[in-house]
Amino acid sequence: MISASLNAYVAVSVLLFAIGLLGVLIRRNTLVVFMCLELMLVAATLALVAFSRHNGTMDGNVLVFFILTVAAAEVAVGLALIVALFRRRRTVQLDGLNTLRN
Amino acid sequence: MGTGQILFNAFALLTVVSAAGVVLNRNAVNAALCLLLSLVGVSGLFVALDAYLLAFLLLLVYAGAVVALFLFIIMLLDARGDSRPVLHRLPLAARVIATGLVLGGVASFLVRGRLPEGRAATTAVGAALKPYAHQLFTTYLLPVQVLGFLLLIAMIGVIVLSRRPDGPEDAA
Repeated sequence: MISASLNAYVAVSVLLFAIGLLGVLIRRNTLVVFMCLELMLVAATLALVAFSRHNGTMDGNVLVFFILTVAAAEVAVGLALIVALFRRRRTVQLDGLNTLRN
Repeated sequence: MGTGQILFNAFALLTVVSAAGVVLNRNAVNAALCLLLSLVGVSGLFVALDAYLLAFLLLLVYAGAVVALFLFIIMLLDARGDSRPVLHRLPLAARVIATGLVLGGVASFLVRGRLPEGRAATTAVGAALKPYAHQLFTTYLLPVQVLGFLLLIAMIGVIVLSRRPDGPEDAA
């Protein structure tokens, strides 16, 4: 049973991706920017599952499987980097990380 | 409007509204909790798409592990909220233009985007576990091996990164 059209699912996915992208653009807290990156990743998985279900193929679903694994590794490494950055600079605000300027 | 349509609308609304909450909340803990709600919504959409295993994995990996990790790190760093940003003119202009482009793209998709309205495939191949196992052990065997190495490398990298550097450079 599939109730909503493919268009509706892809619209939700596009909205989710755009919200994540907006968050990456306008937020200054590194942790929140990272959360918005995760939102964009989840939006992509939603589109993959919707297309996979619509076309009756398995490839999109398996790709989502891989994306989940890579995202878990990515979050672990990213948060370790943020913690290392915080130890050195005592801030997680993007405005405070301007060593390379000038 | 059938039950399925109502459920789709509810989960889609939950997903999008709480995703907006992630962006708009000034408090990082609240943003993480909004992310959790948004993931629950996406997981509901996965169930509506008959991808039960993926819905379960999304809750387990993302809502269970990733959001918990985020909350741990937020509490560890005690970094609540955004400081008032110092807005320089060039980055501000770039941000406004980029935001306008994103919103324009979304608007043009929502107004003009029409995917082929064919009927969805009648059998849900992603509903059972067996197709996943079959694909993972035949077509996608090499990516599975590579992912195993990726996880190992990530684990070693995190251990190296989180070792406290014992040197004078530790003084911030």
